[in-house]
Amino acid sequence: MTANPLARRTRRSPLARREARWGYLFLSPWILGFLAFTLLPMIATLAFTFTNITLSQDEPLQFVGADNYRRLLGDPQMWRSLGVTMRFAILWLPTTIVAPFALALLLNARSLHGSRVFRILFFLPYVVPFVAGVFLWQSMLSNAGWVNAALGFIGISDTPDWLFDRDWIYPALVIIGIWGIGAGVVINMAGLQGIPGELYDAAQIDGAGWWGQLRHVTIPFMTPIIFYSLVLGVVEVMQYFLVPLVLKSGTGEPGGATLFYNLYLYKNFFTFQNMSYGATLAWFLFVITLAVTLVLFRTSRHWVYYAGER
Amino acid sequence: MVARDALTDGAAARPWRHTAVRFGRPFLVTLVAGVLALAFLSPFLRSAMISLSTREQLGQANAPVWPADPAVFEYQGVAYDIYRVPVDGELRDLALFQPGRTSSIFIDPADPATPISWDGSWRALERSWSFTPTWSNYSDVWRLLDYPRVMFNTIALATIGTIGTVISCTLVAYGFARFRFPGRNALFTLLIATIFLPAAVTLIPTYTVFVKIGWVGSWLPILVPAFFANAYDVFLLRQYLLTIPPDLDEAAAIDGAGPFRILWSVILPQAWPAIVTVGIFSFVYTWNDYFGPLIYLSTRPDLQPISVALAHFNGLYSSNPALIQAGTLMTLVLPVIMFIIFQRFFMRGIALTGTGVEK
Repeated sequence: MTANPLARRTRRSPLARREARWGYLFLSPWILGFLAFTLLPMIATLAFTFTNITLSQDEPLQFVGADNYRRLLGDPQMWRSLGVTMRFAILWLPTTIVAPFALALLLNARSLHGSRVFRILFFLPYVVPFVAGVFLWQSMLSNAGWVNAALGFIGISDTPDWLFDRDWIYPALVIIGIWGIGAGVVINMAGLQGIPGELYDAAQIDGAGWWGQLRHVTIPFMTPIIFYSLVLGVVEVMQYFLVPLVLKSGTGEPGGATLFYNLYLYKNFFTFQNMSYGATLAWFLFVITLAVTLVLFRTSRHWVYYAGER
Repeated sequence: MVARDALTDGAAARPWRHTAVRFGRPFLVTLVAGVLALAFLSPFLRSAMISLSTREQLGQANAPVWPADPAVFEYQGVAYDIYRVPVDGELRDLALFQPGRTSSIFIDPADPATPISWDGSWRALERSWSFTPTWSNYSDVWRLLDYPRVMFNTIALATIGTIGTVISCTLVAYGFARFRFPGRNALFTLLIATIFLPAAVTLIPTYTVFVKIGWVGSWLPILVPAFFANAYDVFLLRQYLLTIPPDLDEAAAIDGAGPFRILWSVILPQAWPAIVTVGIFSFVYTWNDYFGPLIYLSTRPDLQPISVALAHFNGLYSSNPALIQAGTLMTLVLPVIMFIIFQRFFMRGIALTGTGVEK
């Protein structure tokens, strides 16, 4: 461009305003959607928690102060359900980090033949509708299923009753969950392939073996992906309930072991149509999730390494 | 980008030290991956086997994993059970003609005229099984599940949802990628933040409003939000648009083309891989969605897509695993075929969102 800077500045303002108008115009579907389906409902959820709103509204709608919160904190089922979610999270979160990472390491190995085919095979279950996946695994994990048959084959005769035992149900849910790690594997593989090759050469010259390279090159470079998986994993595990809902028809069997927090929430607003208490449960869930996420972000600067950052 | 091998300690880089393991390691690593893949995919195989069985076959003791009936041989109007009999060091399928405690008489179905005497207890012998698949389970599910109607609902929902997602997300991504305006970065951060927002915190008022305005029991609560863009797909498209050099659209702008014209004739022809990716993601996502249809269509079985219909079907026919598994396979077959055709787009899209959002 030949225009002198002064002339440009004077011409820029109306042009920039025009550009901004177009920008907002193109963003408008999302802005409207955000207002209608995210921001307003969030505010409404908070407002609901201070009322006695139900779907049928048998009692007159009124402001009830902190009643819902008092009920929440004194609700033994809420605490039990939160405990169920926590028990599962303790098993699931390490799995959702380690399993895709380990599988990506394996599929990225130079000595592996047919890496592309394997990647497709491991990704495949990710596209299976989860309801169908639950029924496939319901059959696999039954007493006559192949999981117990495989255990019997390697000499374990005292096989667990995966789906009907209060303790074994959690590993069973983890197994069902592992089936869907395909996306995590692809993300981890992309991350592994982004690690500069010179670093491995340098590590080798320094005498680092397989473990040394993993510990000092691979893992530090993968921390952003580990962090991302962890944050997303926390958000997801706190809301986990669809698999138990389908697997156990929402009964919470065996013995309340699958009455996850979000399942309890779902029952309150959908089955009992108690919107105000459901909203209180939802808001509490949001606060817990937000707190955990913020703590994770706080700690991230101590252990997450961004290659481009200086 | 250099694909690095993190699993080996660089055997190939130091061939003088590792010649011995150079041939063993690829085999071992591939074997481990193969066994894992087999375990990973075994649910499909088991489901297929069950879906071809009858209820009686599934209840048989010591039956093989495939749909099988005990083999019998009919000879002169009488059915004789076939056993696997060791004769002269080889196992032969022979029909038990005359059982005895210590010695029995068998006949060879290929040559029934000459009986064979065999010493030993026939009760210790294994039955011989014949492969007898029951294909009618699939036609039963077709009828009982009202498969054509359920499929119509699923495909219609997925198609309309996909159209809405692709159009809205392309517009929004174009806005983020190509225009400068105050608050752009803040809005983009806000968009990404919605990924981390638990759905429950917006669900209850939304559901309540949908009930009040009479949308529950229709497709509207599922389809309308699709037309207002979502964070994942906008992010993916924006990342892709940023990789397209702006020279061409600047040239088009100088020629007097407006923003819509530029989007249509300059951006879209270049961005189609990302748009196809978003399209398939959104199609499979809507196909697989369970919760939305569950809460919004629970009173209208005639409008339900396959995920909800299958769960309902499972409740009705839980005593007949063959029907359940046939229905399950009929539910997943289309997304799986779509994935196999478009797997390249899936992989690239996932890798792009996953390694991008984290930063």
